[in-house]
Amino acid sequence: MSFDLALTKRIGTTEIALTLEPGPGVGSGATILFGRSGVGKTSVLNMVAGLLRPDAGHVRVGGETLFGDGVDVPPERRRAGYVFQEPRLFPHLRVRGNLLYGAPRGAEIGDRLDFLGIGGLLDRWPRTLSGGEARRVAIGRVLLSDPRFLLLDEPLSSLDRPRREEVMQAIEHMRDVLRLPILMVTHDPEEAERLGTRVVRMG
Amino acid sequence: MLTPEEWGIVLLSLQVGAVAMAVTLPVAFALAWILARGTFPGKVLLDALVHLPLVVPPVVTGWVLLLAFAPHGVMGAPLQALLGVSVLFRWTGAALAAAVMALPLTVRAMRLSIEAVDQRLESAARTLGAGRARVFWTITLPLSVPGILAGAVLGFARSIGEFGATITFVSNVPGQTRTLPLAIYSALQQPGGEAMAWRLSGISVALSLAALVASEVLARRMGAGHHVL
Repeated sequence: MSFDLALTKRIGTTEIALTLEPGPGVGSGATILFGRSGVGKTSVLNMVAGLLRPDAGHVRVGGETLFGDGVDVPPERRRAGYVFQEPRLFPHLRVRGNLLYGAPRGAEIGDRLDFLGIGGLLDRWPRTLSGGEARRVAIGRVLLSDPRFLLLDEPLSSLDRPRREEVMQAIEHMRDVLRLPILMVTHDPEEAERLGTRVVRMG
Repeated sequence: MLTPEEWGIVLLSLQVGAVAMAVTLPVAFALAWILARGTFPGKVLLDALVHLPLVVPPVVTGWVLLLAFAPHGVMGAPLQALLGVSVLFRWTGAALAAAVMALPLTVRAMRLSIEAVDQRLESAARTLGAGRARVFWTITLPLSVPGILAGAVLGFARSIGEFGATITFVSNVPGQTRTLPLAIYSALQQPGGEAMAWRLSGISVALSLAALVASEVLARRMGAGHHVL
């Protein structure tokens, strides 16, 4: 499965433009959108997820058009596993409720998320979680929603070094073991170097 | 201690307040939603119209209701023709007047709570496969509940205290439209009615205070910066 993106969008005075053609390193592994703050990296993820409408262009993933050619698939039908910059856990649901929110009806958590080490958090409320725990729950919630690909928006920001390592390993697991195509935003060269199979500079 | 007549007045007031809120809640929530999330021409005008009962003299609101629900009025005629009912001089009319007067406060509290819902959570829910309806029922509505309850409690208290529009619209009929404020007014018009006025006023103050405290507590549960008081 590969990302095939051609996007333009004007937000205020910022002109966002990105072309990402399918090719080696784009179909599998992690494609890193790398660049300074404010160049529109998050907006690109939002456009791929269907949360922001491009002015022009197309979004194709695995050959399926999600936007363009008169098509605009709503976010809930894109099956994009979007891990936002902040965990965005639902505060009125416990961790278990958050994890199962996007899962098929009757699904159970099972052992699929063992690699995240969140089994002991299931009955906790989101407000009681540490930053690293909340981030791992957010990743687990996305994985249980059965995504076709992952969008990761600076998933390691605002974490201390031990927590960064935990989440970094979780991303490597998703990339190498679960083999989910990843489009990830970062402005950290070290993250880009370690996680990216292809790095795309923006701005 | 209250006399049986005074207990009747209190119970009638509670009944009028409860029915007024039952009528107001869905309308108020729909208006609050539109005002919080909608972008359309005339939004400012709609906002002003919703808040109008708050600033227009209540007697004017009552008179407009009287004209509308009179036997040949724009609302009264179809009500009579279709259902064979009239709300004039009846407790249902008092509830209607109370509902109209309580609407602005109720909408205001609900609107604050809807605006306080983090729309980024709704976006997250959409990417997890939830359509707009599911997002509303599972994210937006539960997170708005403290504000909805605060609005309902506040509106209930406002309904119980409604006077001007009620007396103009449905008069002051014992057992039908003589709610607490109208009964206090009537007691004050009679020689020796002060004792009754004192007792009913005490109950009014206690009910209002309890409602304000309850709605403020609920509003604070919405998060920092949200207050009804």
